[in-house]
Amino acid sequence: MQIRSMFFKANASAALANPVLQGNMRTSKGKFVDKRRTAITDFEQEGGDFEASRDAAAALRNLVLKDLDLWLEKFETVATARGATVLWAKDGEEICRHVVDIGRRHSVKKAVKSKSMLSEEAGLNQALEASGIAPVETDLGEYILQINNNEPPSHIIAPVLHKGLDEVADLFEKVHKTPRKTEIPELTREAREVLRSHFLDADMGISGGNFLVAETGSVALVTNEGNGRMVTTLPRVHVVVTGIEKVIPTLEDLSLLLRVLIRSATGQTISNYVSLLTGVKQPDEHDGPEHLYFILVDNGRADLVASEFQDMLRCIRCGACMNHCPVYQAIGGHAYGWVYPGPMGSVLTPLYMGLDKAIDLPQAATLCNQCGVVCPVKIPLPELLRKLREKQVEKNLRPLMERLALKGWAWVASKPKLYALGTWFGVRYLNWLAGGKDRIHVLGVAPEWTLGRDFPAPEGKTFRELYAASKR
Amino acid sequence: MRVALFVTCLVDMMRPSIGFATIRLLEAAGCEVVVPETQTCCGQPAFNSGDRASAALLAKKVVAEFEGYDYVVAPSGSCADQIRNEYPGLLSDEPDWHRRAVALSPRVYELTDFLANVARLEILPGDFRGSVTYHDSCAGLRSLGIRRQPRDLLARMPGVELREMPGAEECCGFGGTFSVKFGEISAAIAEKKCANAATTGADAIVGGDLGCLLNIEGKLRRMGDETTRVLHVAEILAGDE
Ligand code: SF4
Repeated sequence: MQIRSMFFKANASAALANPVLQGNMRTSKGKFVDKRRTAITDFEQEGGDFEASRDAAAALRNLVLKDLDLWLEKFETVATARGATVLWAKDGEEICRHVVDIGRRHSVKKAVKSKSMLSEEAGLNQALEASGIAPVETDLGEYILQINNNEPPSHIIAPVLHKGLDEVADLFEKVHKTPRKTEIPELTREAREVLRSHFLDADMGISGGNFLVAETGSVALVTNEGNGRMVTTLPRVHVVVTGIEKVIPTLEDLSLLLRVLIRSATGQTISNYVSLLTGVKQPDEHDGPEHLYFILVDNGRADLVASEFQDMLRCIRCGACMNHCPVYQAIGGHAYGWVYPGPMGSVLTPLYMGLDKAIDLPQAATLCNQCGVVCPVKIPLPELLRKLREKQVEKNLRPLMERLALKGWAWVASKPKLYALGTWFGVRYLNWLAGGKDRIHVLGVAPEWTLGRDFPAPEGKTFRELYAASKR
Repeated sequence: MRVALFVTCLVDMMRPSIGFATIRLLEAAGCEVVVPETQTCCGQPAFNSGDRASAALLAKKVVAEFEGYDYVVAPSGSCADQIRNEYPGLLSDEPDWHRRAVALSPRVYELTDFLANVARLEILPGDFRGSVTYHDSCAGLRSLGIRRQPRDLLARMPGVELREMPGAEECCGFGGTFSVKFGEISAAIAEKKCANAATTGADAIVGGDLGCLLNIEGKLRRMGDETTRVLHVAEILAGDE
């Protein structure tokens, strides 16, 4: 996918002025945040300790990341023994090449897909189309985006969070050439009907993978619509595309991670479907693919192993950090400009796509830590954002004026006499700006502040002056 | 006990009366209050903007100025958090400074935390009458665990009626330099905070960090609310001079 993070500010402005988006953000926030909270309260009332589960989940993810190569090797060995083929992809281009090759090898004309963020990273749909294989998204949200010109998702688990019902109704009427429907169940039924025939004549299914279980060589899929089951069992060929960091040791570990993932994501105790898929169809079995491929993707991940950003690889893609982020809630996901939005996206995008391609993202956070306290694998997101800001400063990627202002402030603040003089003048200047009122409407030194609010005027003298006077 | 007041640069410039209110409260709690003269800023703007060198420079200055007292108290959760929780890591490359930062760390307190848990101030000098709603600032709440402390203190004041707003624990959108880099987003977040506060109909929005209060007050006034007061918790607890 093309990165558009450099337009963050303009896109954020547009999002703030978009009433449909703003309405959707308000209702969805309530849903996600409240449901998660209820799920955790219920869990604790039943005697569970969610905090302890988060600790255990974080520890488990760390354990895997410490020996990632060994766990991947183990997964490859076991999965291969079960009849699967394990392929490795360095980047998005290589993902596309592998999938197209597999398609050609098995004479595939149509591929049904369930949700995969890696497919977004790679821009896989466009690559498939270009090589004569028709991709069909079967997750309802992803399907809507696909028929709307391959629009990118705006949330990692609710891809059409930004869309209004009206828009979807118009889109279905136009694309399906059917009478306009306005109710969600009707629209869903219509999509189901369209998708059913695709399921039946697709030769290949492409899915993501929430986890790869090393001891059994299986992939675990967490979904709510049931389309994942069809995608992975009906077609002759099944291709799993997922990141190398998704491997975990055992089925026991899977149950721990599902416990925290699903509650954090949708607030369910368990999602409608959890599929565990192992190996190809055996002679005595009735369904399942004849050919199973795993494409395990690096695309920037390996560089994070053993780096100061390794914690980010613990991510299990639940979406809780964005659901609780005041910035994401204000502007939605598209403004972030690449596959992953919100706090996790603001860490991942510069790391995967280049620090200079996403200058605003690490800065576009209040560091409130509402994300860090809900993350099921305890990723210290604000700390990672701050570290990225340090990298930006080290590489001279911040605007000169900003760097000078910060250095200047620190220099003045390190010299008490100068600081006293500077603040003496500063306070009087602000007061002059206020012109006898209790507020300033336009603040020249920090114009962004007064775009949408006033700046309260200072009382008039510094504490330092007043305190010294009181002691005299 | 000798308590050093860390005034904070914002209070120094914008609202010195918060500094004096803090002194009155500490004295009411029986502390000997010292105000180290050479103090300036804790270095958060530099630290949070990725300028580690500048942040370390100011951190050393604060450590040297404040390590000689029994306690350090600041009328700000984010500055107290910076000194208490961030300085040791920030100075980890310099063993001597690191040791000194670690030694200072547990003695650094946010004001209401100190009054409620260390000084145990029972009778509050303030005489505020009216309803208030409390905004929990992020660093104080999530890094220092300050939630009950200001509410318990306010509950000891007979004239104060506390009305909780929905989303009291959500960020107001200030975020330090974020507020001037992404003014539009920051103000949009502040608007939600103001709307939440307004549902309580409280006479005053109260908090423990001046940055958030300036943000909230600035938004309220721009929205045309001329009556809701925005006060630092120290001003309520200490009352007028
Ligand atoms: S960073 Fe944490 S909260 Fe955000 S998506 Fe990943 S696991 Fe979920």
